[in-house]
Amino acid sequence: MTVDPAVVELSRIQFAATALYHFIFVPLTLGLAFLLATMETIYVVTGREIYKEMTQFWGKLFAINFALGVATGLTMEFQFGTNWSTYSHFVGDIFGAPLAIEGLMAFFLESTFVGLMLFGWNRMSRGKHLFVTYMVALGSNLSALWILIANGFMQSPEGASFDPFTMRMQLSSFTNLIFNADAQAKFVHTSIAGYVTASIFVLGVSAIYMLRNRHVELARRSFRIAALFGVFATIGVITLGDGLGYIDGLNQPQKLVAMEGLWKTEKAPAGMNLIAWPDQQAQKNDWAVKIPYVLTPLVTHTFTKSIPGAIDLERQARHRIENGIPALIALKRLSNDPSDQAALTQFQAHQSDLGYALLLERYAPDVSKATPAQVEKAAKASIPPVFPVFWSFRLMVLAGFSMLALMILAVIHSLKRTEMRHRWLLRTAAWFIPVPFLACEFGWLVAEMGRQPWTVFGMLPTWFSVSTHTVPYMAFSLAGFVTLYSIFIVIEMYLMVKFIRQGPSEGGPPPAERSDSGYAFVVGE
Amino acid sequence: MELYGVMKIVWWLLLGVLLCGIGVMVGMDMGIGASLTYLGRNDGERRSVLNMIGPHWDGNQVWFILGGGAVFAAWPTIYATAFSGLYIVMLVLLWSMIVRPLGFEYRSKLPSPRWRKAWDAMLFVSGAVPMIVFGAAVGNMLKGVPFHFDWQMQSFYTGSFIWLFNPFSVLCGVMALALALFQGATMVMNRGEGAVYDRARRLVTVSGIAALVVFTGAGIWVSRLAGYVITSPVDPSQPANPLGKTVAHTAGAWLSNYQAHPVLWVLPALVYVAVIVGIVLANRRRSHAAWWFGALAWIGTLGTAGAAMFPFMMPSSSNPSQSLTVWDASSSETTLLWMLLFTAVFIPLIAIYTSWAFWVMRGKVNPESIEGDEHAY
Repeated sequence: MTVDPAVVELSRIQFAATALYHFIFVPLTLGLAFLLATMETIYVVTGREIYKEMTQFWGKLFAINFALGVATGLTMEFQFGTNWSTYSHFVGDIFGAPLAIEGLMAFFLESTFVGLMLFGWNRMSRGKHLFVTYMVALGSNLSALWILIANGFMQSPEGASFDPFTMRMQLSSFTNLIFNADAQAKFVHTSIAGYVTASIFVLGVSAIYMLRNRHVELARRSFRIAALFGVFATIGVITLGDGLGYIDGLNQPQKLVAMEGLWKTEKAPAGMNLIAWPDQQAQKNDWAVKIPYVLTPLVTHTFTKSIPGAIDLERQARHRIENGIPALIALKRLSNDPSDQAALTQFQAHQSDLGYALLLERYAPDVSKATPAQVEKAAKASIPPVFPVFWSFRLMVLAGFSMLALMILAVIHSLKRTEMRHRWLLRTAAWFIPVPFLACEFGWLVAEMGRQPWTVFGMLPTWFSVSTHTVPYMAFSLAGFVTLYSIFIVIEMYLMVKFIRQGPSEGGPPPAERSDSGYAFVVGE
Repeated sequence: MELYGVMKIVWWLLLGVLLCGIGVMVGMDMGIGASLTYLGRNDGERRSVLNMIGPHWDGNQVWFILGGGAVFAAWPTIYATAFSGLYIVMLVLLWSMIVRPLGFEYRSKLPSPRWRKAWDAMLFVSGAVPMIVFGAAVGNMLKGVPFHFDWQMQSFYTGSFIWLFNPFSVLCGVMALALALFQGATMVMNRGEGAVYDRARRLVTVSGIAALVVFTGAGIWVSRLAGYVITSPVDPSQPANPLGKTVAHTAGAWLSNYQAHPVLWVLPALVYVAVIVGIVLANRRRSHAAWWFGALAWIGTLGTAGAAMFPFMMPSSSNPSQSLTVWDASSSETTLLWMLLFTAVFIPLIAIYTSWAFWVMRGKVNPESIEGDEHAY
């Protein structure tokens, strides 16, 4: 079966656009929930009203952000089925479970308690309300855990195997699925990235208040909490990023190749390209600034292991494609006659490379007649796009270290109570507000673009995962999302800025400007 | 029957529970959204109506999200085929639904009447449209959808998108909307006062009667629809592959379960009893009880459709033998068992803390009670 390449590209663009958009709001929710819980804990312990005011003020911004996170999350839940139906059938037996458990264990918790957190201030004792806030934080973090367990399976498919009688992958070990090392490392890295995001957000907004000499009491305290919380979070996110790189090196050497711009396999210990200009066509870097010896210990945590380059990996892919072809041929025979023992034996002998045969099917719809040129093309396609992954990775790391520097300075000056005297520090903090958001987006690009050409690494190629729609359908849905989401972001930014300008306030939402008469006119009374 | 076959039936029933959860909890909020401008004639009244479900709509909406996740986990072939096949319908559902969180959260943030009226319109759309689509989706399942698979289980939808809005399916959509209005109106009676309360009570009566009329009409229509029957031997514990059976498309087949098991007539009867008792209770100002009878009406309605179709879940009108049934569209036994374990642990917990949340926020809401509340909508 062939799929229109334009449909594949449009599906990918739509997924990337909606996921990156969703991922603007999620990290802030993850981190701000814990900062709210921290502020409220101080309020409950010390009984000082200022901390309650802080919790309520940042809670208001939390709510504006949360609404859009929820709304755009709905899109993600639908999209696997609407645009990636073959994917959904192929791995739904495994991938669906963590998504459903996320709903049961995490999202219900978060969403039920967020209502109480925002509306229940005067209806509960302090202790109970604090408990509610912690439940929101717990729910949002558990939510990230299960989503990243699902994503971990896409990065490193463990605990499942392909079943030729149902034409899909099926779960063999639930514990392998949830204790997947990739998923665990990614969960910690991603959720802590959320804490960094929220810390910088609170730090930056507080700095703006201090620069304008408004709400100074609230701003200085918020600044200090954010800086302390943030310095640990930033150290954590960098350390765990290194752990994740180590796991990727083991499980997804192709991703590592793209992240580091590695073409030839170098003798260990290999040097690291600090910056470079990768050229995928020529399979080399046009130029590179290189630090000798550091890559091997950084990635493998040894001095002797060699790191395969793209050229060698491509050669391996060619072998795997050739080995996978008999599996796909046998599978077709089995679909005609499930009792065909010879076909089953042939399938079992080659099934480890079935995914590579599916990769070839894009270039050779009948794989039994594939030409060497088609095999070559498929092998070339097994390396992810190096340039964007290489640079996204560098920008993410740069953002991480510069945020760490900012956090350290903020902590020092906040503890010395000198932050108000250093306006450059406050100004830098304010200008840094977009940085963690960008870092999160770059991180997503490294992880997901670096996994190409697969949706499930080594098992299911991206091209084979899409729904069998036509180009007009896909163009229509993409246009719809772009329109809606553009309107949403304008409204959200407007409200955010307005409520930050307004600052912590007394009283509820304003009454409508023209009261009842305006409505009476509309309703016709 | 072996364990796998039993698990498939258990998950078919749990799917029913989830759909009822969506109908009752999400339907309630959507019914209120769809009738907001009727229930509240001025801004104060509208805000008080919104704040009745303000603390709860977000938690309630998770029924919908869990519904999607659970279909993905337990019925992956249905998730893949239905969501992609009903593409435009799903987009309409999604686009109308994602406006709703913003409607609740952003509407009262600015004082401009134009801003608020715009969001009131959005809340109407995001209440009425998803419920109509929800019902229409069930209606399309009863009719059968034109789709087929190739040997690699890639699914192809061969109908036009406008076909999905056929008169029968739209009628089912109106049924869902009527039940949602009923549920929402009883909730507004629970927490409303004065003029709002009286309008809600009127809405209970009107939507209840509408639901019964539409249910009767749709029932007669279904009895004349061509249903589906499996004509090859069935092994409930077979591997989940929909390509190995034969199916006939015959008139009156959707009544065969009722003919074989007359006790099933209890389900449609439940709809009539629940709605009528609900209307009577609401008019005697016992809205809490009426709310529960509204929930029973959902159980009766979805139960009626489910009993008619069993074991079919998503019949194919263009290639009936590739229809998706309880026996061939589920997950593996391992996944179904693990998911059952999580469901058994967490659904009771969810019920406990959801009830606690409603209890904490209990009591009447009126324009005065929310004035000066920084967090009210």
